[in-house]
Amino acid sequence: MASKTILDELKRTQILELLEQGKRIDGRALDEPRELTIEINAIPKANGSAKLRLGDTEVLCGVKIQPDRPFPDMGDKGIFMCTAELLPLSHPTVETGPPQAPVIELARVVDRGIRESHMVDVSQLVIEKDKSVVGVFADIVVIDYDGNLFDACSYAATAALLTSKTPKWTMVDDKITLVDGEESPLPTTTIPVSVTMGKIGKYIVVDPNGDEWESMDARVTITSDSDGNICALQKGGSDGFTLDEIVQCGELSVRIGAQIREKLKAAQQGAQ
Amino acid sequence: MGGRDATMVLLDENGIRCDGRKIDEPRRIMIKAGGLKNADGSAYIEFGDNKILVGVFGPRDVHPKHMSDTDTGILRVRYHMEPFSVDERKRPAPSRREIEISKVIKEALEPAVMLEKFPRTAVDVFIEVLQADGGTRCAALTAASVALADAGIPMRDMVAAIASGKVADTVILDVNNEEDQAGQADMPIGYMPSLEKITLLQLDGVLTPEEYKKCVEVGVEGCKLVYDIQKKALNDKYFGKKGD
Repeated sequence: MASKTILDELKRTQILELLEQGKRIDGRALDEPRELTIEINAIPKANGSAKLRLGDTEVLCGVKIQPDRPFPDMGDKGIFMCTAELLPLSHPTVETGPPQAPVIELARVVDRGIRESHMVDVSQLVIEKDKSVVGVFADIVVIDYDGNLFDACSYAATAALLTSKTPKWTMVDDKITLVDGEESPLPTTTIPVSVTMGKIGKYIVVDPNGDEWESMDARVTITSDSDGNICALQKGGSDGFTLDEIVQCGELSVRIGAQIREKLKAAQQGAQ
Repeated sequence: MGGRDATMVLLDENGIRCDGRKIDEPRRIMIKAGGLKNADGSAYIEFGDNKILVGVFGPRDVHPKHMSDTDTGILRVRYHMEPFSVDERKRPAPSRREIEISKVIKEALEPAVMLEKFPRTAVDVFIEVLQADGGTRCAALTAASVALADAGIPMRDMVAAIASGKVADTVILDVNNEEDQAGQADMPIGYMPSLEKITLLQLDGVLTPEEYKKCVEVGVEGCKLVYDIQKKALNDKYFGKKGD
């Protein structure tokens, strides 16, 4: 986020020295994500919501579900969309104004992970084919920043979607009409989980915190689904990975992803 | 990945794809180094039906000045599609997709360019997609590497790029537009063959862990083919016949 200062350089040296002894700056194992806490239904006016902390990173996702026009070539499918925004109160360097490239990337990577997993079953979100469908909008805001927004935002959106309630609409005299009191869970098919790994020197760390985020050379975010298949990936940062590292990261993402998925399921069951 | 056109046969019983290629066969790739008079370096690539022009300027003064870095040079990349490059006219202003692609291409090139030799300067890479047909980011990254080399900017390696993917449950090399739209997965890869480093990697679509590994391997091998064509382009310009 901020430009590199002398403090960042000292911190990187310290982080690397610790990694050489197999340790991380906050005492975690290299493949250990930070503590995840999820508050379901934090915004009752939304159709689904989740306030989520990943270590000291805090994000909030609200899901709004409303009738919409289908995309021209997708008349038999509902709409799913996911956005992400950094609030100015989340970090001193965040400025208001149009989103910069890192935030656009964040929103698109989070959206892609959920979309490509086909989590939201859009084929069930049609009110009348080619005329009106149900739109599901998961909007995420970052409240407090301490690294790895990719995973925090992705988990918040997934948790909010898993606990969303869809109102029912029908066509009456060619008008979309809400059927009062009929709500059903949002149709979902799988639980996608992204796992972001940072490369610092020759070390790969899972879920980099803010200090590690500023120090890392490259990163990769890999999303896997409930079947243990990989459905989305994004590499970032100004260095590269070897073929072996990428394969290793793939395995790591499926293994750590399964642990996180259990926590998301627990949050979903706790909300019922 | 919508699987919209169910009538199209992406892979027939003889293992031939919708455009007549075999599963591990890239499209025709033609790269020309140079060509622009005013740019410090340039390249033109035809990658199947993609037509992309890249111009490089710098190292030069940074404007606005506050962007400059006293420790190193900076790389700036703009990936831009012409309104007429796709079937339905694209609005000329940069889309969110173009901003993201600009960023991933920048980060794919940074490990290759020795920017630390030019503190307080900028190297600008302008990518113009004149015609798009699936895999533009890979073609653009491939051409940008050649344009940077053509500009005489010191580099550790060139980045070659190509996409692997999955259609009809089969891992394939070089995903075209139809395969991207109707196929199961698309994995663009940028790779520095001499340094053996992957610098661009994205994926959308579902892959088993085995297919994932195979896709990366197939993509890396594909990049090595692209690399030879990049080197040939530079060779043709600088050591080729007179009058070229």
